[in-house]
Amino acid sequence: MTAIEARGLRKTFGSTIALDSIDLRVEEGRILGIIGPNGAGKTTALNAILGLTSYEGELTVLGRNPWTERDLLMRDVSFIADVAVLPRWMRVSQILDYVSGVHPRFRRAKAEAFLTKTTIKRSSKIRELSKGMVTQLHLALVMAIDAKLLVLDEPTLGLDLLYRKQFYDSLLNDYFDRTRTIVVTTHQVEEIQDVLTDLMFIDRGRIALTCSMEEFESRYLEVMVLPEHVAAARALGPLHERQVLGRSILLFDHADRQQLAALGDVRTPGIADLFVAVMGNQPGEIR
Amino acid sequence: MSEQSSAVPEFAAASPVVVQAPRPMYWSVRRELWENRSIYVAPLLVAAVVMFGFVLSTIGMPHRRRATLLLAPAQQHTTIAMPFDIAAAMLVVTAFVIGIFYCLDALQGERRDRSILFWKSLPVSDRTTVLAKTSIPLLALPAFTFVIIVLTQWFMLLWSTAVLLPSGLAGSTWMHFHWFTQSLLVFYCLIVLVLWHAPIYALLLLISSWARRGSYLWAVLPPLAIAAVEKIVFNTAYFGSFLKYRLIGGIGEAFVFKAPHGTDSLSRLTPLNFLSTPGLWLGLILAAIFITAAVRLRRDREPV
Repeated sequence: MTAIEARGLRKTFGSTIALDSIDLRVEEGRILGIIGPNGAGKTTALNAILGLTSYEGELTVLGRNPWTERDLLMRDVSFIADVAVLPRWMRVSQILDYVSGVHPRFRRAKAEAFLTKTTIKRSSKIRELSKGMVTQLHLALVMAIDAKLLVLDEPTLGLDLLYRKQFYDSLLNDYFDRTRTIVVTTHQVEEIQDVLTDLMFIDRGRIALTCSMEEFESRYLEVMVLPEHVAAARALGPLHERQVLGRSILLFDHADRQQLAALGDVRTPGIADLFVAVMGNQPGEIR
Repeated sequence: MSEQSSAVPEFAAASPVVVQAPRPMYWSVRRELWENRSIYVAPLLVAAVVMFGFVLSTIGMPHRRRATLLLAPAQQHTTIAMPFDIAAAMLVVTAFVIGIFYCLDALQGERRDRSILFWKSLPVSDRTTVLAKTSIPLLALPAFTFVIIVLTQWFMLLWSTAVLLPSGLAGSTWMHFHWFTQSLLVFYCLIVLVLWHAPIYALLLLISSWARRGSYLWAVLPPLAIAAVEKIVFNTAYFGSFLKYRLIGGIGEAFVFKAPHGTDSLSRLTPLNFLSTPGLWLGLILAAIFITAAVRLRRDREPV
């Protein structure tokens, strides 16, 4: 089943084009990472999927029109926006009461169990919690919702390293069950490389690259070239070249692994390196 | 037998939670009451001040009551019932002021602190949210105000009875202040005011959902500007009298004051006249339009 399907998805703010006719298809059970520079249109795309903004073109999320059926859609979708949005005046116990009261798929016991592992007190107001605790609380709420689609917009922004690692661990171990679909955007690309099943680069409202992680691993290779082979490697037409500690690292698309192995150490590139390579090759781009 | 008993806990484990049907409207209203504690704190404070003032005013009351009872019956009635009317009026005005401030912030505050993104992540429609917020000035505040007024008046009645009991004048308060009739009167008055003021609350909710910031200014400045321009250009004050009518005109349509009846007699009520006032129905139609527009705007608007 298809979780998200968009055709010609377009959104403009005045003369600024935030989304430029995007076609998108996310199958159920995938974990899609949307990577892009600031202002690329990531949040706009997510907002359209969540029914938070109007758009042109066709968009179906779990078989529904998000703009006209947001309240029904939200029974099966949960999301964490890129900023702390939990109401600061609310008490932890109140927010648990409220979500239990309005959400048919919220399992309060699960959220309570998650909170027991933290130092968050039920009687605290949200404004009294630290930034990390607010994210933990939001995560506890979202994890306790039996949703079909989870959307995370920069979920670990402003959190320390230890907590970011825990976040993705619990996402994979406690939440993801291969029938749910997760869409995540982040700048911390290296953290989600092992988490994703699919990858999408988005830039200036357009999709710059889309592939599955299996495809990514078979398609892109990075070679740390021995100095004597640099010229030969360059002749094979690399996507991108960079220097690390005096060694040249070349990134290839659709290259022959055997051939590259003769030139130096071959490995799968990081998403961040591919991102730089793909985005740096965009025509007319100054970076 | 033993099979049956062992099957029960297994069944219980398989369906551990009996999920209650969601009640978005009920919880949305509770949410508003959690967030805006002034809805009940402010009337309670005003009631406390009123009661304190009344207690102070009863110092030397037996002496003054004797003088009052020498007046004509109508004047006796006015003098004895006045503190009760003042208490009720103060609480009614308090509720109106709270309602105004509540409406102006109701749909803007959630965009300002971006919590709207959290509310919208839950399966609660914009219509439910806006109607829940509308119900605060139209239902919750009047209902609460009614209870507070009745309790305050009862306190005043019992206190003055206690103060006047030694001098044997306690009965005079009960003779001139009929608490049941008075409660009916307050109830009627609150319903009249809520229906009459509904378009004001609805307009303020609309402004709150529309304005990016400064909903207070948007609520105050345009009417002032219209009145000023009218005065300068035409040297008239129709807009001002229109506003005045919308603020207090409902009372004039729902009560007669000049009739020579006893002042708290129910014969002063003119509900049929009130219900046949075009201004009432026009106002309610406008209120419905404003609320519908506010629902649409809540869907369209993004955090500010």
